Amino acid sequence: MSNPDPLLSVRDLRVKLGRHGAHILHGISLDILPGETYGLVGESGSGKSVTGLSIMGLLKRPLNVAGGSIHYQDQNLLKLSRRARRDLRGDRIAMIFQEPMTALNPVVSIGNQIAEMFVIHRGMGWTEARLRAVEALDSVQVPSPAERARAYPHQLSGGMRQRVMIAIALACRPDLLIADEPTTALDVTVQAGVLKLIHELCTAEGTAVLLVSHDLGVIANMCQRVGVMDRGRLIEEQDTAALFSNPLHPYTRGLLAARPRLGSRVEGGRKRLTELDEIVPDGARGHDAPTLVTPRGRREARVAA
Amino acid sequence: MIGFIVRRTLQMIPTILAVVLIIFFIFSVVPGSFLTSLMAEGRNMTNADTLAHLNEQFGLNDPVPVRLWNYVTGLLQFDLGISYRTREPVTSVLAPRLWPSVQLALAAMTFAAVVGIPLGFLAALRPGSLFDGVTMVTAVSGLSVPEFWLGLLLMYVFALQLGWLPSFGYQPGSLRHLILPAIALGVSPMALLARTTRAGVLDVMNADFVRTARAKGVSEPRLVRAHITRNVLVLVLTTMGLQIGSLMGQAIVIEKLFSWPGIGSLLVDSVAARDIPVVQGAVLVIVLWFLIINMLVDLAYALIDPRIKVA
Repeated sequence: MSNPDPLLSVRDLRVKLGRHGAHILHGISLDILPGETYGLVGESGSGKSVTGLSIMGLLKRPLNVAGGSIHYQDQNLLKLSRRARRDLRGDRIAMIFQEPMTALNPVVSIGNQIAEMFVIHRGMGWTEARLRAVEALDSVQVPSPAERARAYPHQLSGGMRQRVMIAIALACRPDLLIADEPTTALDVTVQAGVLKLIHELCTAEGTAVLLVSHDLGVIANMCQRVGVMDRGRLIEEQDTAALFSNPLHPYTRGLLAARPRLGSRVEGGRKRLTELDEIVPDGARGHDAPTLVTPRGRREARVAA
Repeated sequence: MIGFIVRRTLQMIPTILAVVLIIFFIFSVVPGSFLTSLMAEGRNMTNADTLAHLNEQFGLNDPVPVRLWNYVTGLLQFDLGISYRTREPVTSVLAPRLWPSVQLALAAMTFAAVVGIPLGFLAALRPGSLFDGVTMVTAVSGLSVPEFWLGLLLMYVFALQLGWLPSFGYQPGSLRHLILPAIALGVSPMALLARTTRAGVLDVMNADFVRTARAKGVSEPRLVRAHITRNVLVLVLTTMGLQIGSLMGQAIVIEKLFSWPGIGSLLVDSVAARDIPVVQGAVLVIVLWFLIINMLVDLAYALIDPRIKVA
């Protein structure tokens, strides 16, 4: 695979809890290529969301970026002024969140919440922006969009709200969409539709996606490349097919083995669900663990086991 | 909307009846009567004929249930009885007192809202700052200072020492007379509002939709204006409604202190004179005010929060 210039390139990103507190991210480095879908997997608390929020510049105190760089098109986001960063946010780099039920403002109509994107980033007047908002609702396949634009979030189902969130995020045709567990809070039947929508819209516009999820199935379906995170470190990065067929890092092997599989009981008899700690070798986590494993051996450290 | 108002108005009736019942029983067990208070003023009420005549005239010889029945049936015709003291219908005793009281309550609340809400906002936007600390300490002090003491203090400083404002009294349409009592009455709701607003803003700031707004690239001023304010107002409105509603009752001391011819000072004078029909009328007005304000607050909710529907 030829390597085009990355759209976003994160280098040695360190995030701390408080000025002198513990590290939450221990130097994350990853590249996102234009138009690709990059999956970030890991357990709860492994730092997936914090990575996404750091790129957006939405970390909440006491979390703070302690070092490293995030380059987007030749500019280091961490060095930009607040104003410049804000202008990029939503316009060039957008984000959708896990909880569609609470992520929308309850007292503003959804049409206006979408229209706000055109008002702040495109300098449109509200009348024109509202028309564009209806189009945006239409593009995320919300039925009778003109009517729904006047509705309030509480009048929509979770799946519909997440579609509204997608409409907001993609309103300005961003270069990168950070989707933080976009379907975790949704019904399984709705999940597939929402993921398909994200996939179609982003493919059509050439929008790169950083998909944060702990759902390996979702990652397998959506992503070209996958990064595996554990305890604030990126421990393995591979093409999706390779990762699932030939996981290199022992932790990744454990992660894959911990998936409950349909039919496993027929094969192996009735067993307890596998827990990660039981299968990951002791050396594979913590300070002795290899820091990053890639097929090309980039930044390779000691590979245990 | 109209159906809502009608229904809420009908719902007031049992409340009013309960209030009437309570006042009636309290005054039937409280020692003393209008006649004893006349005697206390030094009038000779020992003449048995006079006593019998007065008791007859005011129907005081009837047993309590009969008097209650007469009162309630009168109430249905908007007849609140006759004042013992002035021999006028209670309604015409209350009428001129109403507007000054409403004026005072609204002025106090305006002061409370105009000062309290922005203070709460500013404090919440910089939590832990010096401004936040000073504001909240002031708010707690404002809540704990007795109104009459504050009233006296205001009188002393602004009327007596500086001579800027009249110290007491009422003139129709005179704003100068309104300022001091309104501030004295408004300080405690102002402090409460500042605290509620601060808590509300901090609460809303942590909401997920605020993070969404930030992710959209909304600027901080716009975030506060377009996303936070309205959500906070929903929270603040409850406090405001309860405060305006109870202000007329709270105004009793302030009205007396500033010789403000409102319902409150009428109530105090009438209790002293055991002019029970007027006391009942005054309490009814205070209760009605509370109920009506609450209804208006519920209507205002529906305007601010689309999740709430009145029907």
